[in-house]
Amino acid sequence: MNGPATDTPADVSPEALLSGIDAARGQGLAAVAAAATSDELAQVESTLFGRKAALGKIKQGLGSLPPEQRAAVGRALNEAQQALRTAHAETADELAASARREQLQREWLDLTETPPGPARGHLHLVTQTTERLEDVFVGMGFTVSEGPQAETDWYNFEALNLPAAHPARSMWDTLYLDLGERTELGDGEGGEASNVVLRTHTSPVQIRVMEVQPPPIYTICPGRVFRRDTADASHMPVFHQIEGLVVERGISFADLAGTLEEFTSAYFGKAISSRLRPSYFPFTEPSAEFDITCVICEGAGCQTCQRTGWIELGGCGMVHPNVLANCGIDFEEWTGFAFGFGIDRLALMRHGIDDLRDMYTNDIRFLSQF
Amino acid sequence: MKVLLSWLREFAPIEGDPAELADHLSDLGMAVEEMRILPSLDGVVVARVAGLRPHPEADRIQLVDVELPGAAGAGTDGALQVCCGAFNMSVGDLVPLATVGTTMPGGLEIGERRMRGQLSQGMCCSAAELDLGADAEGIMILPGEFELGASLMSQLGLAGDVLYDLEVNPNRPDAMSVAGVARDLAARLGVPFRIPVPVVSETGEDISTVASVEIIDTDLCGRFGARVIRDVSIGQSPLWMQARLTLCGMRPINSVVDVSNYVMLELGTPNHTYDLALVPGGHLGTRRSAGGERLVTLDGTEREMLRGDGLIVDREDRPIGISGVMGGENTEISDSTSAVLLELAWWDRPSISRTSQRLGLRSEASMRFERGTDHELVPIALDRFCELLDRVTPGGVSVCSGRLDGRGDLPPATRVRVRPSRMSHLLGRPFSADEVRALIEPIGFACQPATGSPSTAALDGAAAARTSGDDDQVDGAVIVATVPSFRPDVVTETDVAEEVARHYGYQRLGRTVPRSPAPGRLTPVQRLRRDLRRVLVGAGLSEAMPNPFVAPDAVRRAGIDGAEPVRLLNPLATEESVLRPSLLPGLLTAAAYNSSHRNDTVSLFEIGVVFGSPQPKGADQTVTGTAAAGVLPTETEHLGVIWAGGEPADAVHLTELIATAFGLRLSLTNANDLGGMHPVRAAQVLLGGQSIGVAGEIDPVVCERHGLSQRCAWLQVNVEPLLAAASASAERPYQLVSTYPSSDIDLAFIVPDGIQASDVRQRLAACGGGLVRSVTFIDSYRGSTIPEAARSMTYRLRLQADDRTLTDDEIADIRNECIALATTIHDKETGRAVYLRDR
Repeated sequence: MNGPATDTPADVSPEALLSGIDAARGQGLAAVAAAATSDELAQVESTLFGRKAALGKIKQGLGSLPPEQRAAVGRALNEAQQALRTAHAETADELAASARREQLQREWLDLTETPPGPARGHLHLVTQTTERLEDVFVGMGFTVSEGPQAETDWYNFEALNLPAAHPARSMWDTLYLDLGERTELGDGEGGEASNVVLRTHTSPVQIRVMEVQPPPIYTICPGRVFRRDTADASHMPVFHQIEGLVVERGISFADLAGTLEEFTSAYFGKAISSRLRPSYFPFTEPSAEFDITCVICEGAGCQTCQRTGWIELGGCGMVHPNVLANCGIDFEEWTGFAFGFGIDRLALMRHGIDDLRDMYTNDIRFLSQF
Repeated sequence: MKVLLSWLREFAPIEGDPAELADHLSDLGMAVEEMRILPSLDGVVVARVAGLRPHPEADRIQLVDVELPGAAGAGTDGALQVCCGAFNMSVGDLVPLATVGTTMPGGLEIGERRMRGQLSQGMCCSAAELDLGADAEGIMILPGEFELGASLMSQLGLAGDVLYDLEVNPNRPDAMSVAGVARDLAARLGVPFRIPVPVVSETGEDISTVASVEIIDTDLCGRFGARVIRDVSIGQSPLWMQARLTLCGMRPINSVVDVSNYVMLELGTPNHTYDLALVPGGHLGTRRSAGGERLVTLDGTEREMLRGDGLIVDREDRPIGISGVMGGENTEISDSTSAVLLELAWWDRPSISRTSQRLGLRSEASMRFERGTDHELVPIALDRFCELLDRVTPGGVSVCSGRLDGRGDLPPATRVRVRPSRMSHLLGRPFSADEVRALIEPIGFACQPATGSPSTAALDGAAAARTSGDDDQVDGAVIVATVPSFRPDVVTETDVAEEVARHYGYQRLGRTVPRSPAPGRLTPVQRLRRDLRRVLVGAGLSEAMPNPFVAPDAVRRAGIDGAEPVRLLNPLATEESVLRPSLLPGLLTAAAYNSSHRNDTVSLFEIGVVFGSPQPKGADQTVTGTAAAGVLPTETEHLGVIWAGGEPADAVHLTELIATAFGLRLSLTNANDLGGMHPVRAAQVLLGGQSIGVAGEIDPVVCERHGLSQRCAWLQVNVEPLLAAASASAERPYQLVSTYPSSDIDLAFIVPDGIQASDVRQRLAACGGGLVRSVTFIDSYRGSTIPEAARSMTYRLRLQADDRTLTDDEIADIRNECIALATTIHDKETGRAVYLRDR
């Protein structure tokens, strides 16, 4: 401990102390304000706080004051210290924020040009269209059924009321499989090699459903079908169809018309409606052609619809009693309707594609548009 | 089928706006593909040839002076001068003249012009130029009774006539005739229909003295009618007939052929004419061929008959025609024919169909016979032929009295029980018996109330045997409808329902929406297949749809071995004659197509079926469900992915992505020398230890063979087991997330080549009794500090327990276990083992 009065400031009167505090506070605040960087502020810091700082020294002299004077000076000292701390903290924050801002500024990136990132691919138009169709029908209470693409003559023709010599078989140019003697492996069940065809429609799936599922049946059969057609702008030997089947008590032709109308407005929009015209299919009776309002002109008449305002979409009708009977369904108790149309053409219509072949070149410049 | 409105009107008083009539026709199921209102061509008028002079400057053109009353620009003699390239007219002939200002059917506008210096004030027209006939060579010579100066089309009765081109369904044989179309339309319009009775004046001897017919095979021919016409002079038919035939798509030939075709179009009854003088004794027989007989048909081709084909034979049993298909050259009508033997028969439909299809001879006649002609029209059509031939032959013909009418097996009249309640049920709207009758009687159905025994009338198949509750029977409302002979397609009650619906109007039937008792949905597999497609698209892949037909050598070119692929019996082309056994050839072709269009780095996928030969019953059915019958080819749904310019890692990463997306454990195991793959850069994709696919790099030789110079990565996965596992995994239980801290340890091993790194990883993952939560591959390193033919593999293991913080001792124990287990791995061939890399 130092002896009394040896290192004591000359003037330790309260007045002198208070003015010293004021001066130290003023100098300290000025020094804080003058700091331009966090480093400079750190240097200033040691001059503000601690025992060797101006206020620290004053604080050490506080003890020599008479107790009754100590309180006022002490209060002033605390206020001054607090003010310096606050100013220091604020300035520190500001300087840190400003330094961060400057750092970020230097990180400028031109986001308008960056190296290529991961690409997203594209679903084929046929898939997109099929899924849209499925969604509409699922919303209407239908399930989705699938079946093999190679079929026996029974499923593709005979069960559909198309016995072997039926002249209407020429309505489909059929591709047959050459299975040679291998077909005999099936203990003669299918018979001749030419009895296996590539399905010309998805109707065989309807037969397979009716064989195993007791009515009521509400199902659609989308899928790939095959015809012996040379490829041109509107034909492909391999294309896609969707068919629908309802078998239920009391199902009528009016139910067919109503279902197709509901589908038409759900898929094509309210401006498009449907109509049925008499037609012929061996597997339905009565049979109808299913037309919709031309989607190009909305019925006004244009080149696409040959000025009729209507375009042919597909075929439909009441399931022929022979077909129900072939599947073991009592056609006095149950009646049904079926319909079918092409999927590919819907995709062409929707996107204004003129040539069906373009869908199957697998050109990325085509695929990546959709 | 083309019909003229004026022709329809000869059978019924059909009135109304042509477009509205077209709507009715379409609504009746005879879709109007085209409607043409014939132009009046007022500028084409009847003119007389007043003089013929050679053109002074040209040999191939002559100058025609034509007389046309009141013609503007006529010379002092009152005639116009026309340059004409035809030479078939004589002075005094009436010809069609297209006057100056006329627009011809082809769009040509007639102007006054000079040809080689000579004025031409119009054009003399051929039938072809006016769209009225086939003749483009000569000028039409008009009948003398035509009115000079009058419009040609009005003189022909064609001005303003309407031509409808109808699409006729195969079940409407009646609509293959003008009369049949008129009947249907008249019924819709509620106007009377009748077929006029032809008037034949029989001036010749009794037919039985000059001709006879004999049906030898009665199942072939149901009815064989004949007439004999003498004093026939073959010439041109009159213009009105030529015009109608031309407009309806038939080429006028001569008077006899034209009348024959006219009757066929009008009544739907194909017929054939023989030169009576060439038919010994005028005898026609018909029988099935025993096979091997030969005959030169009218088209000059020699045809060989097969057993069962229908033949017309003469008295000596010599073939002179193919029944219902085409006549023989040996009895053909010629210009010198003076007596015609007319045949008008009803043939068995399948017989005609079989023979005409086999011979590739599908004519207007065979088409009608195949669909079914009306046997009751045989006498009427015979008479109509005679009536018309008499009318079109200058001076008339002499018709022998009587007809020959041989009978074979004709189908009995079909009678159908029609329950109005069933009509109502099928059509969704109540129909009374009276309403049903009112709809079908006008189209020829004879209706009577059903009395007693229902067995006399046909019901739909088995329904005839049923005695189900039949309310109609009780109140006597059931109708027995006798089907007219011109509707052989109608055999069941349901067929009648279509007729009721058709004539009531499809559009007028109501619209109701049935509701499925069960909600609509996709199956789990269908939903997961959609998810899979979206995972792939998210991975930057685009979906391709290559042709499933490939060339026979496509399999070899793609380097795939295995069983012989399934072949098409009747492919369109050899390059498309095989069903693909793999998605690889198609995607290679697709990548090559893009590469050849300067898109070298496409990434394409396909989810599609691949085919294999039928498998015997009892064979491994997990491969496919559809080959169950043992008859059908196997069909397996595959995913194929190609990365042109890609790396094997692309296939590995996608495999991991798919595994993550569906919560599956897919692993890879290196596999050398897989078909189509790089010999040492391929792996099998394993699901639960079973191989379900291949990942890696395509054999560069295979790529080059397809025109791809860049390296390509490939992934192929059997979708069925993948999605089945995904479906099972879809409801995997939640694994509680531990709240205790985890610890990471890094381990580096020297792994000799020949040991697959994934084996090390799998060992590590199995350590610690479930406390190893993840094993992350950090890096792989080769270098001077690493032994030859080996690499350093670094893994980071995250350790964590669910119920405590792991102690340092526990962590050390697991580390030791990992090292111990990993270092037991040996390469069987070299004996080298994995060991811990000391840093």
